[in-house]
Amino acid sequence: MDPGTVGKLIAFCNNGQMQVPAPEPATDPRRHAADTWVVIPLYNEISVIARVVGELAAYFDHIVCIDDGSADGSAASAEAAGARVLRHPINLGQGAALQTGFEYVVGRNEADYIVTFDADGQHRVEDALEMLDLAKSQDLAIVFGSRFLDDRTDPGWLKRVMLKTVVWVTNLTTGLRLTDAHNGLRVIRADAARAIHLEQDRMAHATEIVLKLGRTKLPWREYPVELLYTDYSRAKGQSVLNSVNILVDLLVR
Amino acid sequence: MNVMWIQLLLVVGVITVGLFLARPTGGDSHLALRRLFMAAFVIVAILSILFPQWLSWLANLIGVGRGADLLLYALVLAFLVFVATTYRRNVATNRKLTLLARQITLAQAATEDSASIHRPHEGTSNDDAAH
Repeated sequence: MDPGTVGKLIAFCNNGQMQVPAPEPATDPRRHAADTWVVIPLYNEISVIARVVGELAAYFDHIVCIDDGSADGSAASAEAAGARVLRHPINLGQGAALQTGFEYVVGRNEADYIVTFDADGQHRVEDALEMLDLAKSQDLAIVFGSRFLDDRTDPGWLKRVMLKTVVWVTNLTTGLRLTDAHNGLRVIRADAARAIHLEQDRMAHATEIVLKLGRTKLPWREYPVELLYTDYSRAKGQSVLNSVNILVDLLVR
Repeated sequence: MNVMWIQLLLVVGVITVGLFLARPTGGDSHLALRRLFMAAFVIVAILSILFPQWLSWLANLIGVGRGADLLLYALVLAFLVFVATTYRRNVATNRKLTLLARQITLAQAATEDSASIHRPHEGTSNDDAAH
């Protein structure tokens, strides 16, 4: 390990929340293809899912889409693009889709790492690769993507306030100190995925996943990622009113 | 001073319903409570039909003007209990539905996976079909 890397690692360890992660850029784009499964909850994303799966397929061998009862042919589109598509018979919600994906991947016993990825194309594949590098080099069980560790992402003030509120509640209930709770990009090692069972079917699963991963006491980090807010993802994203649902789902069980 | 009693009863009742909502799901004790509640409801209903003045007597005792007002308060509480139990049962039913749907999904996936594993074999040993 050259002194530069050591310096970065020390900076990282001192920081905890870390701003300068940058594991040495490995050159092989398919370095994670064999041991990593990408899990994508899919619900009515026909216009983007083929592109998202296509991009991922350049880097990963195993892409699992959980079609959550889409009515627009998203499932067929994802399948044509090369994803393994599991179909929920009825719409259950994103949390339920993630849990189905975890159980499928863990059940096959072939994956070392699981990447959760949103179907709407707002995540960068490069971020996922770097998060995997970090997880493998530092033996982390969980890496959460966070859009608030640097200022590349501008969600707009209203969404920022909403997301920060949810983060605050999440930190309050989970005891972890995250900067971003509702970010769909995560790296989860197989043993961590095996240890959690999500029961929040709807959007509150994002807090639940933090809570349950936190309870496993496995090592975790946040990693700065950029969210590509397009007009499409803005229109599809969670409404501010939905954060009321999230809070009620979390508090009233 | 008498007014305090009904206020106390109602506030305690509402808080109990709220706590009940936040309590983790209990199985059989939950059902037993519902049944006891129903039994008490029937007895009170019969009593108040047979002895209407009894309701007014009780109302006056705890600081409510008329028996009809007491009935209304009781109805509000009973409605809250109904909302709470219905919500909880709905959550429990959804939970089961999710598990069922997930099992269907995973079973279907397992079938597809084993089919895609066996398909190459069918290609190499076509004489299997001849047997």
